[in-house]
Amino acid sequence: MNSAAISAKVAGAIPGACVEALEFQGQTTLQVRRESLKEVLAFLRDDPDILMNQLLDVTAVDYPARADRFDVVYILASIREDGLAPVRVRIKTRIPDGAALPSVTDLWRSADWGERECFDMFGIRFEGHPNLKRILNPDNFYGYPLRKTFPLRGERDPAFLEYKETEPA
Amino acid sequence: MGVELIRGDNFVTARLADVVNWARKSSLWPFPFGTACCGIEMMSTLASRYDMARFGAEAVRFSPRQADLLIVAGTICNKMAPVLKRIYDQMSQPKWVIAMGACASCGGIFDNYTVVQGIDQIIPVDMYVPGCPPSPQALMYSFTKIQGLVQSGQGLSLDPMPEAVPSVPV
Ligand code: SF4
Repeated sequence: MNSAAISAKVAGAIPGACVEALEFQGQTTLQVRRESLKEVLAFLRDDPDILMNQLLDVTAVDYPARADRFDVVYILASIREDGLAPVRVRIKTRIPDGAALPSVTDLWRSADWGERECFDMFGIRFEGHPNLKRILNPDNFYGYPLRKTFPLRGERDPAFLEYKETEPA
Repeated sequence: MGVELIRGDNFVTARLADVVNWARKSSLWPFPFGTACCGIEMMSTLASRYDMARFGAEAVRFSPRQADLLIVAGTICNKMAPVLKRIYDQMSQPKWVIAMGACASCGGIFDNYTVVQGIDQIIPVDMYVPGCPPSPQALMYSFTKIQGLVQSGQGLSLDPMPEAVPSVPV
């Protein structure tokens, strides 16, 4: 199933959810509106033709100059029992700094650590996550190191004195 | 060692400290703190091809209470630092520390927010081994240098802790 077919199905089921569908080098990417994100993900998981039964990763990309600062990326795969090759699809959604997304830990258990890593590294909050705390950095760490504004050397960097983060609400 | 034979070969005299140190240096038990790629070279040094057992160091201990040589082989990140400090504190005196490789000695190529810029910021280090990773020969060379320290009764753990080393709350 290619991006056009998947986005058509999604558009049919959840009108207005899909902003853009891209096919590049055989990789399918759907950009969806933040409000319908969870609905789309649940649809992709449960639709018998698409059947994205595995969440490989949750990650983010920082665009500091943009109003909707972050792209949050969900990488899905369908491991099929009918012998067809597994299909992968990437779901992207944009959110501004300080905003929260619904957690999808209830759809895929594997979202747990991915969302925690996203929270740890980007300061993106996931509502409804059972245990949203830092996973890679020490608990007393300050800041979100994968944001492009974070000084590379951390506390040893002179720029760290000016580095300020509003904690996610 | 100041060994003297008197009355033929029936009696031997020596300083007790020399004999104890000689026994100690010939049976150093290493604690392998291998956290990254250098750990692989350390394993190689301990295994049959290079065979640290030739120097009496084949009894690798995974309990710090039974070890007297800490070989820190690999990158130490800030999250690991309290663990390393605690392991060091749990080793009983006297104890020696080898910082193996660029990462353990100075942070190596990782000049960033996660990596401790040399374990000597946390614990005293007796011997630094350069390299990324150091060859087994380099590690063995530093080991024989440590043996030299042991024989002469030297080592940072035997001196009072230098002022400059900050203590990390554990
Ligand atoms: S010094 Fe080089 S080989 Fe050793 S742990 Fe660091 S990066 Fe790896």
